[in-house]
Amino acid sequence: MGSYTYPKYAYVPPAELVLKPGGVQTVPVLIVGAGPVGLTLALDLALKGISVTVLDEDDTVSLGSRSICQAKRTLEIWHRLGVADRMVAKGVTWDQGEVLLGDQPLYRFNLQPEPGHRFPAFINLQQYYCEQYLVERCLQEDKVDLRFRSKVVGVRPDDEHVEVDIQTPDGLYQLRGQWLVACDGVRSPVRTMLKLPYEGEVFDDQFLIADIRMDADLPKIRRYWFYPPFHPTDSVLLHRQADNVLRVDFQLGRDADADAEKKPENIDKRLRMMFGEGARWEHEWSSVYKFSCRAMPRFVKGRVIFAGDAAHVVSPFGARGGNSGVEDADNLGWKLALVINGHASVSLLDSYDRERGAAARENIRQSTRSTDYITPKFPAARVLRDATLSLARDFPFARALVNSGRLSRPTPYIDSRLSTPDDTRESWNAAAASPGSPLPDAPLGDGWLIEQIAGRFAVLTFADRAASLDIAAARAVADMADEIPAFTPILITRDLAGAPDGWNTVLDKEGLATRRCDARDGTTYLIRPDQYVAARWRRLHDSSIFAALKRASS
Amino acid sequence: MNTLKHELNLARPDDVYNLIVDAHNGLTAEQSEKLNAALVLLLANHVGDEDVIREAVAAARKSVTA
Ligand SMILES: Cc1cc2nc3c(=O)[nH]c(=O)nc-3n(C[C@H](O)[C@H](O)[C@H](O)COP(=O)(O)OP(=O)(O)OC[C@H]3O[C@@H](n4cnc5c(N)ncnc54)[C@H](O)[C@@H]3O)c2cc1C
Repeated sequence: MGSYTYPKYAYVPPAELVLKPGGVQTVPVLIVGAGPVGLTLALDLALKGISVTVLDEDDTVSLGSRSICQAKRTLEIWHRLGVADRMVAKGVTWDQGEVLLGDQPLYRFNLQPEPGHRFPAFINLQQYYCEQYLVERCLQEDKVDLRFRSKVVGVRPDDEHVEVDIQTPDGLYQLRGQWLVACDGVRSPVRTMLKLPYEGEVFDDQFLIADIRMDADLPKIRRYWFYPPFHPTDSVLLHRQADNVLRVDFQLGRDADADAEKKPENIDKRLRMMFGEGARWEHEWSSVYKFSCRAMPRFVKGRVIFAGDAAHVVSPFGARGGNSGVEDADNLGWKLALVINGHASVSLLDSYDRERGAAARENIRQSTRSTDYITPKFPAARVLRDATLSLARDFPFARALVNSGRLSRPTPYIDSRLSTPDDTRESWNAAAASPGSPLPDAPLGDGWLIEQIAGRFAVLTFADRAASLDIAAARAVADMADEIPAFTPILITRDLAGAPDGWNTVLDKEGLATRRCDARDGTTYLIRPDQYVAARWRRLHDSSIFAALKRASS
Repeated sequence: MNTLKHELNLARPDDVYNLIVDAHNGLTAEQSEKLNAALVLLLANHVGDEDVIREAVAAARKSVTA
């Protein structure tokens, strides 16, 4: 079963067991789990100069396609790490979704109606490919020490370190990390060993995933049917993936017999109803699943930090699981690097817990609502749900109520203490990115706006003409760029003549970056290393920038 | 903040009331339930004010549970 050939990564007997040096080695960061989240964090830290040791119990990638919808924000993050283009080339790009009632299309939605972004709203690419590309990228980085067949079986945190027991084919050994990041998935052995809570709601409805390989020229959109003729009692979701693989997700209800549903002949029966007697396919992966929405109350426990599914899990509707885990890694990487380098105090990590805790709660809220819509919990809920569907064809307002999954978007960090609130005397277009929101993308120079912010702080200043910039302020800002925390000063302009020293000056040919940032002459943004807005002003002013930088890094 | 009107807001209350009741004429209980659901959604969107809708929902719930 399956067209994908699983790579088998080399297990190297660890020096700790071969050379048997005395004592336990200490490394800056231990990452438990080489799933998408652990690998993303490892690369991000390595590119910031931090050595990481990644421990994974297995020696291959995700078994089964699992997460397929990789969101724009995730691609932007992976682009910074040098892997996104390969994923886009392999994956299926899509921006649109279609909702159908019976066999009639009700409406379509476009997740990225306006062009001018480096990445599409989504690509569909099987989790095993994403992990494979991330692993291959990690293997090029000296600072990533990736250890396969290394299962963490014991965790002992103290005030300064975390010591772990690692089981390998050659026996058990210990390593100590200044920090340990648990990216060990929904069953997180680290969380379990530390007896930390992971609470939430478990849903009873069952779903059947059938990933099949089929040569069919289907449109590159997400399709969601309520009560289709080929599965009249419930709903069905259809996605295209790489290698002509389709994901068909059948809602089965509470009482379905999972063992019977899993049998290939029964899956084939459902698929024949959907694709017709003449269609041919091969099975790639199938699974009957239920889901839960849960989260840890705190993601940071002393020197142990949780990220991805280990910290929170949602239902799959909306593709918020893997994508939000990658956002966790993005949020944590720069903070942990500043702390390890002694450029920020440990309290900066509280903001990881606050910001990503709030994001997890928002993702759970959204995904619980989608789940409640798709699997109504009591009769009146179903009647109202069905009413939105029957009204949706004629009444646009009702389409907004139809909820087949609210697709993953980066969560704004409202009220984050790292953000400097706007000066109330300055006004901004409501659509522009406010402090705590991710920076929008736009074409810029020969590349893209998001490509300008490469994992460190940046000051973005807009000027109609480079020469019109306040010279004294520009010099003061350039002079403090190498202080701690370091940042890149970037000038965005429509006229490059007279570009100031120490600034990276780029041309905004189309004016789209200027428009999306609601910028006027002198408008200045402070951008965090994770491409979120920390502060913004209507003019360039070095002491405001200095204060906002301090605030965003402590 | 807008609040839910407690006083009469209809010029011809009997007509409106009968309009709604007559809409159910000849329907099965199940169809009636569906009609009510559609009507609630249409009117809620028309009202458009979340505070007013919240108050109406609470009042309606109270009328059946109190
Ligand atoms: C059917 C399905 C569909 C999904 N679709 C989507 C989607 O379209 N989009 C999306 O964003 N998300 C989706 N998700 C969610 C997504 O798969 C997860 O959120 C994602 O895999 C989480 O990544 P992670 O790195 O946190 O954990 P995992 O991918 O679970 O990785 C954990 C890693 O830890 C390792 N590990 C575990 N225990 C130990 C130990 N003791 N020692 C060492 N290593 C250990 C494991 O080997 C594994 O490699 C889907 C999930 C499912 C099940």
